[in-house]
Amino acid sequence: MFMRFLYKFSSPPYFYAISGKLLPYLTIIFLGLISYGLYGGLVTAPADYQQGDSFRIIYVHVPAAWMSLFVYIVMAISGGIGLVWRIKLAEIVSISSATIGASFTFLALVTGSLWGKPMWGAWWVWDARLTSELILLFLYLGVIGLYNSIEDKRVASRSVAILALVGVVNIPIIHYSVEWWNTLHQGATVTKLDKPSIHIDMLIPLLMMALAFKVYYFIALLLNCRNELLRRESQGKWIDELLERQS
Amino acid sequence: MIYAFFQAFGAIVYREALLAYRHRAELLNPLAFFVMVITLFPLAIGAEIVLLKRIAPGIIWVAALLASLMSIDNVFRADYEDGTLELMVMTPHPLSLLVLAKVIAHWLLSGVPLLCIAPLMGVMLHMDVEIIGILWITLLLGMPVLSLIGGIAASLTLGLSKGGILVAVLVLPLYVPILIFASSAVDAAMAGLPVVGHLSMMCAILCLAMTLTPLPTAVALKMSLS
Repeated sequence: MFMRFLYKFSSPPYFYAISGKLLPYLTIIFLGLISYGLYGGLVTAPADYQQGDSFRIIYVHVPAAWMSLFVYIVMAISGGIGLVWRIKLAEIVSISSATIGASFTFLALVTGSLWGKPMWGAWWVWDARLTSELILLFLYLGVIGLYNSIEDKRVASRSVAILALVGVVNIPIIHYSVEWWNTLHQGATVTKLDKPSIHIDMLIPLLMMALAFKVYYFIALLLNCRNELLRRESQGKWIDELLERQS
Repeated sequence: MIYAFFQAFGAIVYREALLAYRHRAELLNPLAFFVMVITLFPLAIGAEIVLLKRIAPGIIWVAALLASLMSIDNVFRADYEDGTLELMVMTPHPLSLLVLAKVIAHWLLSGVPLLCIAPLMGVMLHMDVEIIGILWITLLLGMPVLSLIGGIAASLTLGLSKGGILVAVLVLPLYVPILIFASSAVDAAMAGLPVVGHLSMMCAILCLAMTLTPLPTAVALKMSLS
């Protein structure tokens, strides 16, 4: 049952049709979540007793940082699926995630350094989390660079999948090596298991923003995939039929 | 079965050594590069003894890393161009084993010469003798990892005409852990702290790299041939 659904969903014409239907709903959900999250985060959440109002950048920074890792994992897993089962759509999901993930990583770095200037007194410090985020950006750039330099896009997707999987094995090693090397960043405040050390009024907008970012990623991914699909399948019969129906 | 594996492994290493011996002049290139990069640093930042002593391990490690990067790009290229690689794929032996042999040969031919000259560089940068010893051990454990990881990138960029800079972009982020552990081992030694922990981590990374990296390299090589 599930496999049949997967096969059906991964056929390009079906995916194209269903993603087109999904996009408006996703956009509405995204707008709702982000307006609630931004209002809650920027207006109703109380100011931090130490950091004042400048803590509010976490409503962009933290979700972006979470997404940067999440997208990498999605990219590697779908790349692996594409490598093993040769599912065209999985390859497309993998490479379409790369640019989005790189953007999230860049956003996390930029917002982090904007926050770091008033808080730590420096735009950039060679702290563990910052450095591993920067290295993550380099990994993304490597993936994008490799994909762009190989002419045959199916071979390119498979090469990129190998690179992404190698990166996934490496990310924990990089993370912990950098962690031991130098740490200045504050510890985790949300995922502490016993009790998050963040006030509930601050936490809820943050979680909403995280959800909004996730939905945004999904929207951007669908749009990217649809473009990539059209580009790769430009000779396909279903595209001609689609064009006929639209005109 | 096992014997055949060893035989194939040995044959590849022997062939690489023979090839290198026939092109003796090329062996010197990574070595010359290594020495020259190190020479640039005192020229750029001044020859103050205390400063040089402090940053010498980092300089030597970065230079070794770059030298390894320069030569790894070509590790499969000649075989790819003259068709040897296709014959290797057709042998009954697992390609990952042959890949491991090729990468080990690369380490023997580019890493070991650096190991020989690194203590001399350490002396030129005013390092203490026991610190040079620790640095040497980190290079011994770390250089094979550089070759093994570099092999992945070299195989991924094999069919491309402009592979050079791309290999660097792919591989440098993956080199970070080994660089960190190596330089923190030397730093610990300079501070008089025990270094066994760092060296154990480097051994662990070496074992992991030896067992895991030949697999993606072999897959990528097959892909570039198809």
